[in-house]
Amino acid sequence: MAGINVNPTRMELTRLKGKLKTAQRGHKLLKDKRDELMKQFLDTVREVRSLRAEVEEELMTVHGSFTVASALMSSQAMEQALLDPKQSVELTMTTRNIMSVQVPIYEFHTKTQSDSDIYPYGFAATSGELDTAVDALGKVFQKMLKLAQIEKSAQLMAEEIEKTRRRVNALEYVMIPDTQETIRYITMKLDENDRATTTRLMKVKDMLLAEAIEERRRQDESSLEKFRDA
Amino acid sequence: MATTYQIAAVGDWESVMGFRALGLATYPVASAGEARETIQRLAKENCAIIYLTEQLAAGLSDVLQRYKDELRPAIILIPGRSGSLGIGSSTLRQSIERAVGADIL
Repeated sequence: MAGINVNPTRMELTRLKGKLKTAQRGHKLLKDKRDELMKQFLDTVREVRSLRAEVEEELMTVHGSFTVASALMSSQAMEQALLDPKQSVELTMTTRNIMSVQVPIYEFHTKTQSDSDIYPYGFAATSGELDTAVDALGKVFQKMLKLAQIEKSAQLMAEEIEKTRRRVNALEYVMIPDTQETIRYITMKLDENDRATTTRLMKVKDMLLAEAIEERRRQDESSLEKFRDA
Repeated sequence: MATTYQIAAVGDWESVMGFRALGLATYPVASAGEARETIQRLAKENCAIIYLTEQLAAGLSDVLQRYKDELRPAIILIPGRSGSLGIGSSTLRQSIERAVGADIL
């Protein structure tokens, strides 16, 4: 309905036709993008769900082991044991482009290479339970990192899908119908103008013709008069 | 491009102390307010992943919302020592609803 207050000119019509073509093309492309993103998103989400369930369960086990460990040791000793980490992790982040969404890819490096050398404490003053707990946590951590990566990807994709969906709908239900409506309006108006011009021309022609006939008749009459007089 | 980032764990001391042994940056906090400040500070610094316990996340939904659409940091909820509250899965459900318009899983 909107966009009716345009100049009904041929130039405007051409412009609008171009605009409609672009809008339709954009609509198709965005729709494809949305569908593909949705596919990827659902895959990712399924993965996140199962991985999250796993991580949560394993983390609870780890928390359990830590509880046992802290029951066997004083909290100060525990704190002391874990205070100065031997291991340090470095995370490098690169991004991957999934349908124009930048999703992170984490890669992490540990300073100490061997997995058995992660305990930051001497074994004399600590309980063996703590070793188990730290060890188990180290294992869960790999999964947690993966979880971070795909969960963040899912969040970012969700945002992009929402945006794309809005755009697709805006094009489909507002932009394209509006432009079509305006094009129809201009075409009608131009046709109407054409018809008006034709009718006007016919009318003018009739009038001119009538005048010419009248003129000729008067001429004929006057020459007839002269002829009779002569 | 190849900058190195930090991985942080924010939560109560008991829940995050284990991560210290793994070499993560741990930030034991006691209250949600403290956690909020820590997260905001970490987000400005070079921190790529923040593991946050669900117990604290319960009061920090605005912060989670704030960083949801940013590439960095990724705030990942983990169950604290007192168990899972299901907030982690519900945020996932929220993003599904956001994308699809309905909870389809």
